[in-house]
Amino acid sequence: MSLLSVEGLSKSFGGVVAAKDVTFAVEGGRLLAIIGPNGAGKTTIFNMVGGQLAPDSGRVVLEGQDITGRPPRRIWRLGAGRTFQVAQTFVSMTVAENVQMALVSRNGRTRAWWPEAQPLYRAEALALLGRVGMAADADRPSSELAYGDVKRVELAIALAGAPKLLLMDEPTAGMAPKERAQLMQLAAGIARERGIGILFTEHDMDAVFGHADEVIVLVRGEIIAAGAPREVRANTQVREVYLGGSDAGGTRAERRAAP
Amino acid sequence: MPDLSFLLVQMLNGLASASSLFIISAGLTIVFGVTRIVNFAHGSFYMLGAYLGVSIISRLLDLGWGFPMFLLGILLAALAVGVIGVVMELVLLRRIYRVPELFQLLATFGVVLAVQDIVLKVWGPLDILGPRAPGLRHAVDIFGHRFPAYELFMIAMGPLVLGLLWLLMHKTRYGVLVRAATQDREMVGALGVNQALLFTGTLFLGAALAGLGGALQTPKLAANPHMDISVIAETFVVTVVGGMGSVPGAFLAALLIGQLQAFGILIFPKITLVLVFLLMALVLVIRPWGLMGRPDAGHGRVVLPEGILGLERYGRPEYVLAGAAGVVLLALPLIGDAYAVKVAIEVLCFALAAFSLNFLIGVGGIVSFGHAAYFGLGAYGAGLLVTRLGFAMEPALIAAPLIAGLGAALFGFFVVRLTGIYLAMLTLALAQIVYAVAFQWVELTGGDNGVVGVWPSRWAAGRMVYYYLALAVCVAAILALRRGIYAPFGYTLRAARDSELRADAIGIDVRTHRWLAFTVAGAAAGLGGGLFAFSKGSIDPTLIAIPMSVDFLVMILVGGLQTVVGPLVGAAFFHAIKDFFLPLTDYWRLLVGLAIIAIVLAFPRGIVGGLSGLWGRGERARAAA
Repeated sequence: MSLLSVEGLSKSFGGVVAAKDVTFAVEGGRLLAIIGPNGAGKTTIFNMVGGQLAPDSGRVVLEGQDITGRPPRRIWRLGAGRTFQVAQTFVSMTVAENVQMALVSRNGRTRAWWPEAQPLYRAEALALLGRVGMAADADRPSSELAYGDVKRVELAIALAGAPKLLLMDEPTAGMAPKERAQLMQLAAGIARERGIGILFTEHDMDAVFGHADEVIVLVRGEIIAAGAPREVRANTQVREVYLGGSDAGGTRAERRAAP
Repeated sequence: MPDLSFLLVQMLNGLASASSLFIISAGLTIVFGVTRIVNFAHGSFYMLGAYLGVSIISRLLDLGWGFPMFLLGILLAALAVGVIGVVMELVLLRRIYRVPELFQLLATFGVVLAVQDIVLKVWGPLDILGPRAPGLRHAVDIFGHRFPAYELFMIAMGPLVLGLLWLLMHKTRYGVLVRAATQDREMVGALGVNQALLFTGTLFLGAALAGLGGALQTPKLAANPHMDISVIAETFVVTVVGGMGSVPGAFLAALLIGQLQAFGILIFPKITLVLVFLLMALVLVIRPWGLMGRPDAGHGRVVLPEGILGLERYGRPEYVLAGAAGVVLLALPLIGDAYAVKVAIEVLCFALAAFSLNFLIGVGGIVSFGHAAYFGLGAYGAGLLVTRLGFAMEPALIAAPLIAGLGAALFGFFVVRLTGIYLAMLTLALAQIVYAVAFQWVELTGGDNGVVGVWPSRWAAGRMVYYYLALAVCVAAILALRRGIYAPFGYTLRAARDSELRADAIGIDVRTHRWLAFTVAGAAAGLGGGLFAFSKGSIDPTLIAIPMSVDFLVMILVGGLQTVVGPLVGAAFFHAIKDFFLPLTDYWRLLVGLAIIAIVLAFPRGIVGGLSGLWGRGERARAAA
């Protein structure tokens, strides 16, 4: 049994098909990248797996449990952590408090009026921050961080749920090239040491071919190629989409256009 | 069983009120679509339209010519109000397009307050009925029922205005720009459109529509100084149900609500408002963005919210200050006279209510514009238990927060489905419904006069004892709420406020937590209301009215909504000033209104935000030196 299996997922908005009969699986400790030109339906698939969007048809199964159409908070409880294309953190809190918040939620104490929140699960939060290299910034307001650091904090928040699966929507969008490589290395390292499966979308081809164990190429909502990075790179259809089509030069501009 | 012809007449009545609702709401929704500001002063425009209409039409009719003169008078009144709208845009709105929503709403409410006093000064406090329309003074026979001809004219006005607006929106360049701005304001700006002109023109149109609605009403509804608030609540309901920014949506919603009121009155003569509430609740559950509105655009980069950002730990200076405040509070009956003690009791009750409001706004980001509803529910709950059912003070004081909490739980169920401006409008409309019930259900609530004889138990009847009772209860409640802010619950509320997307993705049920917060804050405000009722010995609808809600907002605005204790300081400061100046001036509302506007213009980031900005600059300068 796969950690995550996605079976025949379809979704259309009005007349536009964003995903058509998409099927794939993610195994623990391995990285699966979804790539494709803008508008290929990557984020749509992501949101259907993460619970932000309900599919028209198809199933999403996490460790044998059908999670199709469940709200994100339930999916998180079943073991799927998530980071967003535009980093989402709690800007009024310190770095450590951001992670503590996730730990409070994991321990089911969000409604507690006792004790004070500030020291709660702090040691555990510092350990997670240490793992992503942000321990030294634990007490800084998260609103002050550079964007690359915000992404690391987001990763720590996602890890606080002790996930079996990490969903990372364009983890390196908006980052400098050097930061990108570091973040991908970090994520890949954590995934392998903890046996976490990672599903990610990415425009940055270095990140994809440098770290993914498997790559899926999505065009207009359909998978046109899947396999090991080497096979995908050699696939003629993929080469056509990326090199022959009008999208060849688009990736860098898209990255800049991302909000 | 009413016969068919009677039902037809009822339907026509409903259509007439729908026309009037639509004309006013269309103005509000167009202005919102373009400027993204919910203009409370729309109600003032409507009221000004009515008063100006009465004055202009009576003078014109003296000149003769009958019906055409009447129409001319209505148009002139609408145009005059349109010009007032232009002035408001140029002087005020233009400066606040980029400030946080809460401050925009408060600033436009400042205009409402100022206009109220100006209207009182110019036209006096008495209701003024306008002259009836020449040629439309008779009644028409409809299947044996007499139906006023003027109502038929009103029925025609709604679709006529809808048609004219459609032509304006689809056949003129201005209309195309308005529709484009409603969909994507930034894009219109980026395309090089003269935004200033577009916004000014839109305010003219919106205000003129409100003025038209007001002037059209004058022959059947007397111009009065309370019509601004009552109409604003109704138009909020229409625009929320129809979808903000959608003119056809406003038309549809006005039709629905007009019919609901016309037929509801046959089934539940006293509580047509409850039916309106049920309709709104139903729509909000199924389509939170209204019948013909669109959901808000997606989530962007998270920005710093307006509210409590960090929680400071108390050091020695803070403890010394808190201790000193405690000593002053304990010693107050010994140093102050009876009057000071009376004022202090009121301050305590308001402080609890303001603190609970900031629990919603500053911590939860839930901007409630109707917190007085829960203060009032507590006051009425306790007061009615004592006077109608013979309860003693003690159980009544325990019941006050429970009743208010129940009310908040019921309303909160719908409130937490919305965010931002929609939420603010819904809370205001709900508060207005509570107010209307207190005002209209005369047998139970005493209507406008309220109920007297809400006295404390004998042991607490002395001013001094009651002061200590209020002090103990309020301080305990405030400390309990404060605890909530520092506890995981408060952090969870802040997390949901900062990024709902992230909160959801770490397993937080955002709605449920907000609902709990709304209920708890409502209960706390109700406790303050109960204590207040016993201190005054009476209850009346002003405790629930919108101005009371705004007083609470001003208290936390003055005290600083970024701080935990700010609302307490704000409550003391505001109430002391109000108590001092109110007897000295006839223009209290004008003064408060102008003060609110001045505060928003001077400190667009809020007072404490502004001060800490200055402070930060000083600190940096020192660090650099």
